[in-house]
Amino acid sequence: MNGARRRLVPYGLLGPGAIWLVLFFVVPMYYMGQMALRSGSLATGGFTFTWEWSNFSDSLSGHEEQLVRSFLYAGSATLIALAIAYPLAYAIALRAGRWKLLLLFAVVAPFFTTYLIRTIAWKTILADASPAVDVLKFLHLVPEDGRVLATGGAVIAGLTYNFLPFMILPIYASLERMDVRLIEAAKDLYASSTKAFIKVTLPITAPGIVAGVLLTFIPAVGDYVNALLLGGTGQAMVGNVIQSLYLQQRDYPEAAALSFLMMAAILVVVAVYLRLAGTGAFMGEEEEAK
Amino acid sequence: MSAAWAWLRRNALLIYAGIAVLYMLLPIFVIALFSFDKTTFGRLDYTWSGFTLDYWRNAFSETAVNDAMITSLQLAALATIVSTVIGTLMALALVRYQFRGRGASNLLIILPMATPEIVIGASLLSMFLIYGLDLGFTTLFIAHVMFSISFVVVVVRSRLIGFDRSLEEAAADLGAPPLTTFRTITLPLLAPGIVAAALLAFALSIDDFVISNFNSGTTETFPLYIFGVSLRGIPVQVNVLATLLFLVTVIGIAGVLWQQHRAERMASIRPDPEPIATGG
Repeated sequence: MNGARRRLVPYGLLGPGAIWLVLFFVVPMYYMGQMALRSGSLATGGFTFTWEWSNFSDSLSGHEEQLVRSFLYAGSATLIALAIAYPLAYAIALRAGRWKLLLLFAVVAPFFTTYLIRTIAWKTILADASPAVDVLKFLHLVPEDGRVLATGGAVIAGLTYNFLPFMILPIYASLERMDVRLIEAAKDLYASSTKAFIKVTLPITAPGIVAGVLLTFIPAVGDYVNALLLGGTGQAMVGNVIQSLYLQQRDYPEAAALSFLMMAAILVVVAVYLRLAGTGAFMGEEEEAK
Repeated sequence: MSAAWAWLRRNALLIYAGIAVLYMLLPIFVIALFSFDKTTFGRLDYTWSGFTLDYWRNAFSETAVNDAMITSLQLAALATIVSTVIGTLMALALVRYQFRGRGASNLLIILPMATPEIVIGASLLSMFLIYGLDLGFTTLFIAHVMFSISFVVVVVRSRLIGFDRSLEEAAADLGAPPLTTFRTITLPLLAPGIVAAALLAFALSIDDFVISNFNSGTTETFPLYIFGVSLRGIPVQVNVLATLLFLVTVIGIAGVLWQQHRAERMASIRPDPEPIATGG
């Protein structure tokens, strides 16, 4: 093979996938932007492009509540998922021994049942007369005449469960790769277990935490299945509004505008978070976050 | 007493892991359990009313459920084949070659994974609407390949990074043309990564509801069917098929893992490749 042909090889390998992603991921974003600036209605012969910037303010008015709620629910779910995931990932990576593969399998097992059926299973678990709710009542976590289903708590619980593997896997990957001799070294230098954890383990696994937080938070903000199935009328999230604008009311321009506003809000939150987390590790860590 | 306490303290983390894993598996258990539920009208009603094998005996008697499952399986199979081939080629390019535009390609692969599904679904729908394309199996196929590619690349790439290239070099030294080397050396060594990526793509496709909901038209996949009937009442057969699907996938994965384990043992039998270098 001569030099010029050799240089073309990577582009040939990359080509089909890159074209697919550009045509069906990048270009659609452009069309969604174009859709967001159209006006008209389906009844009067469709929508035409008119630089209709008012779609953005229109789509937001009356839906601020759902937008704020999405971020609150997704944020809570992310924090709870982190609290559940870190010790679990730690146990699997460093303590599980021969049980490691089995535990890892249990973590990804939910992926092999349909998302929708899983959420419906939670509806069964959290139903008013279920044993699980009786236990919560017995522990006085839920008032005697209270219910779990159709509350914000149920939606957050659903989000937490459904996105938990995305939190566990990157943290597990970063713990797995860590050189455990560093902890031993810290202890040799008379650090307590707690101190070794805070000074050594936590900073080393920070990129895994950052990746996990983003992979949980971003999809959770846009989710509408949990709010739909587990929430009541007062728990709608911005995803529910977008979904209904697109598929029921067929007000495509406003739906597209609201999608963009949600994306913009997510980008702002993510930028602030990455700034605070003080690491650009997300790009590299993504690799492990399968 | 203090011995018990010490044992508890020492194993607290593992006990916690056990509880957390039970929590992860709880809904799967509930799905399987309720496939044996004796409900009055053959529809799930979220309460346990007795054990029956009826729905397992008549697992395939609800034609609508079967049709949706068949559509899902066809779609997942096609999307898996295409996305696995395309994604593997991309991973090869990214790991093996230095070229202009690598950073941009990486970004192109990462972004879809960091975009909420609803935005991917909505933007594709916007494009299809503007071009007046009919929604259906084709648009679903386009969407499913699109969101699977990134995951395939990530999985295959992680396998490629730790790849021992000496065997390939040996083949080349012995005069094998590049394509023969690729077919007889690279591909078999890469196979476990490719199979893992394909499994993931399959799971993602058969699982997807949000993106499909935007681009399906009147075509009904398994999740879309469930969503459609969830207000009227879900046939118990849905749980039966979901449980079956889970079992088949688990057995498949166990098979792949076992194969991988065997391959690694075979590889470890090989003599140490660099016995001289150890002295140096």
